[in-house]
Amino acid sequence: MAKQYETVIGLEVHVELATKTKIFCGCSTAFGGAPNTHTCPVCTGMPGSLPVLNKKVVELAMAVGLATNCKIHQFCKFDRKNYFYPDNPQNYQISQLYLPICYEGGIEIETPAGKKIVGIHEIHMEEDAGKLIHDEWEDCSLVDYNRSGVPLIEIVSEPDMRSAEEVIAYLDKLRLIIQYLGASDCKLQEGSMRADVNLSVREAGAKEYGTRTEMKNLNSFKAIARAVEGERARQIELLEEGKKVIQETRRWDDNKESSYPMRSKEDAQDYRYFPDPDLVPVIISDEWLEEIRARQPELRTEKLLRYKKEFDIPDYDAGILTGSKRMADIFEETTALCGRPKKVSNWLMGETLRLLKEEGMEPEELSFSPENLAKLIRLTEDGTINQTVAKEVFEKIFREDIDPQAYVEEHGLKTVSDEDELRRVVEDVIAANPQSVSDYRGGKKKALGFLVGQTMKAMKGKADPGVVSRILTKLL
Amino acid sequence: MQISSMTALELGRKIRQREISAVEAAEASLARIREAEASLNCFVTVDEEGALARAAEVQKAVSSGTLTAPLAGVPVGIKDNMCTEGLLTTCSSKILYNFKPTYTAEAVLNLEKAGAVIVGKTNMDEFAMGSTTETSAFGVTRNPWNTEHVPGGSSGGSCAAVASGEVPYALGSDTGGSIRQPSSFCGVTGLKPTYGTVSRYGLIAYGSSLDQIGPIARDVSDCAAVLETIASWDRKDSTSVKREDCDFTAALVDDVKGLKIGIPSDYLAAGLDEEVKAAILKAADVLKTKGAQVEEFDLSLVEYAIPAYYVIASAEASSNLSRFDGVKYGYRAKEYEGLHSMYKKSRSEGFGEEVKRRIMLGSFVLSSGYYDAYYLKALRTKALIKQAFDRAFEKYDVILGPAAPTTAPKLGESLADPIKMYLGDIYTISVNLAGLPGMTVPCGLDAKGLPIGVQLIGDCFQEKKIIRAAYAYEQGRGPWELPAPACVAGTADAAGGNGGCADGGVRTAAGSGCADDGARTAAGKGGI
Ligand SMILES: [Zn+2]
Repeated sequence: MAKQYETVIGLEVHVELATKTKIFCGCSTAFGGAPNTHTCPVCTGMPGSLPVLNKKVVELAMAVGLATNCKIHQFCKFDRKNYFYPDNPQNYQISQLYLPICYEGGIEIETPAGKKIVGIHEIHMEEDAGKLIHDEWEDCSLVDYNRSGVPLIEIVSEPDMRSAEEVIAYLDKLRLIIQYLGASDCKLQEGSMRADVNLSVREAGAKEYGTRTEMKNLNSFKAIARAVEGERARQIELLEEGKKVIQETRRWDDNKESSYPMRSKEDAQDYRYFPDPDLVPVIISDEWLEEIRARQPELRTEKLLRYKKEFDIPDYDAGILTGSKRMADIFEETTALCGRPKKVSNWLMGETLRLLKEEGMEPEELSFSPENLAKLIRLTEDGTINQTVAKEVFEKIFREDIDPQAYVEEHGLKTVSDEDELRRVVEDVIAANPQSVSDYRGGKKKALGFLVGQTMKAMKGKADPGVVSRILTKLL
Repeated sequence: MQISSMTALELGRKIRQREISAVEAAEASLARIREAEASLNCFVTVDEEGALARAAEVQKAVSSGTLTAPLAGVPVGIKDNMCTEGLLTTCSSKILYNFKPTYTAEAVLNLEKAGAVIVGKTNMDEFAMGSTTETSAFGVTRNPWNTEHVPGGSSGGSCAAVASGEVPYALGSDTGGSIRQPSSFCGVTGLKPTYGTVSRYGLIAYGSSLDQIGPIARDVSDCAAVLETIASWDRKDSTSVKREDCDFTAALVDDVKGLKIGIPSDYLAAGLDEEVKAAILKAADVLKTKGAQVEEFDLSLVEYAIPAYYVIASAEASSNLSRFDGVKYGYRAKEYEGLHSMYKKSRSEGFGEEVKRRIMLGSFVLSSGYYDAYYLKALRTKALIKQAFDRAFEKYDVILGPAAPTTAPKLGESLADPIKMYLGDIYTISVNLAGLPGMTVPCGLDAKGLPIGVQLIGDCFQEKKIIRAAYAYEQGRGPWELPAPACVAGTADAAGGNGGCADGGVRTAAGSGCADDGARTAAGKGGI
């Protein structure tokens, strides 16, 4: 019988914090500036410059720590990680090794295999590096330090995950928590959330961990799942062949669905960590900690329960609505405006999800305003427009965030409720479709549907199908 | 009286009284520099044009009455490890031979606000590593008292420039005695403030937890006035301290009655030159005659200060100096293949021997497997040294001792034996390790005619006590003649965990050691 293997996975997740300014200087963290425009002597490592810690970074790190059940080091320090690379202007990164801000936490995940707690070893604060750009034309490398000094937290899990499903469940939960906290937008594609996968395999039942590898360059949940499967298979194959797994950092190529060892940069490199003498220890008072705790927003689990209780939203729907911070925000804001939670939920669960799927978009990318959805709901509620027109208008809202009121006026989409006008159109339809009329009269009730459709078509959809049907029945 | 013989405050007074113009003062300084530089080499860069233009500008402000500060219009030399916008700042190293900062150091900005006229950047040991100003990539500086001797270091250029009358005062930096020891060797007065008193923003770091900027001048009054001007709480320096007692000139009082002065008997033990010892004890007697209580005591742990200092300072330096890599500014090797080769060649060619020695030493003590044995042990030693001083300051207001075991050695003698050179720092470095203020005042000459300085050490934030003791001593000692300008010209051919005092919570007013998101102002201009 073939050997059974267990996969052991731990994650190192880097998250870019949503602060206005960098971690150690006053430069903007905004994306998209011309190279080296969001820089100053501090974030370009100019001689004589000194770092000053951004208080907001500490608060966001604390918030994430509290939300992931971590303990907080109320006396924590920054350390220098020394290594030479041009994206790092000082040739050391300011990070935390000896006393990270958060430690010993964990979050509960749920997969088909059941519920489990994934432990969080620590969360530490650090600075991001700049970007190296190779100029093929000039055959030289250039550095852009706009991202240098952007605040990051690194969340280091315990090796508690055993499958790709668990990894995805953990990341999903982590992402939601951080998004709910407003600590980051956590976009994998844009790099505001990055996960490195530490993976090893061992024979089922073995006590000791196998040799692990670290996988980098994972830009989506799907890539992560594929990389986990791929690396698991690669390691098992090595062991089956009697070979050894080498401890190394590997780079995942999602197009080729395979990984290759990276430069030996990480191999046995001595970072010569020591406390940064330019920064004083961060002292978190009980009051400050309590202030942050008190400011913690409602997280997903609580929100989900509240939606079921307060709005009578079914389990499944509440799960979808709270599955994205943006979606939940739209739901709550729209409901507050129109007071129709069920209707709002229907629009989000129905048309919104359909259009998201059609566009290949994530719920976080939703950009329409709750005001316009609320207006649309009111227009349907008071019968100004019918469901068909409403769907058409919603597409406009979804894509362009138009004002439905103005749009309906402008395009003359109001439902025609004038019975005389409708009767005239119905009479025309009856006259133009003698076959269907005789079919109906001959007992083929289905023909009525055809005639209603023809009338709606003639009305360009601006009629209430119920009213049309009633008039038709009367006239026939 | 010649301008080049005046103290900074005397010259400032005459400028305010319109007897001398700021331009005349700058011209006199530049003339003296032209005269003496060939034999002394105190400056790496002399900014004639900038100084004269600046002096004219300051004179306008003085004339219109908008600038009334005591140092307005007085020329100054700045040690070449402090950033000055647009003006070469080399740290006396080849690796920064062409570096022009995009911003000015906070301490220098404070001087400029008070109307200082910078005439140039003074020579130093490369990256402040050395005790003789011989490790400079731009030539040695010679001692104005005898050009065959070193001026001391690392602020040797600043001290020699003041001693020779090139400038009435200068800024230096002190990581392990770099202000106090050369002040002693050059017969000038130098003050290293309590760690955190003067902003380090813009001071190119050697040992960040030990570095402090301080004044070097002709007398105690000038030192007090300059420190009063440069001291400031700076949000850009997390280790900066908010102090309410920076009116240091208020301590210029000729009264030491009842002041308790302790002399560490450890400092008078073997290794101290007899002539230096005699001069120090004579200085103590002057204070005793004026009513101070003087006694000897055991400070203890003195012999551990040197190894602890060299471990901590080198460790920090190895990391601080890693940014000099040929990528962004400064020296880059002409030929290289690939990134690694560029780093290696640029740094090997750009740094001098002593700097490379300390980078290697520092890298070693931080490497895994040695960190606990060296670096952590050194930090523990530093804490114990601080405790020894705490005990001493329970009994004494001021500690008095030598600044160096000998007077200035001859050129070339020290670098041949680095260990011996390191041992010469024995009386100064524990002050840095404990973050204390210390001051050197000239107290005599040896048989060779070389000056000797007495060092006065205070508890953290007790600058006023040492200034008072130094001022009273100066009054008792009588006038101190610096080598006459003609004399100098005539001999032409003959020729550093965080600093001690308070923990982070106490140091920063906010208590958390951080600033608000978005509330900080961008420091200086855009980078590269
Ligand atoms: Zn910046």
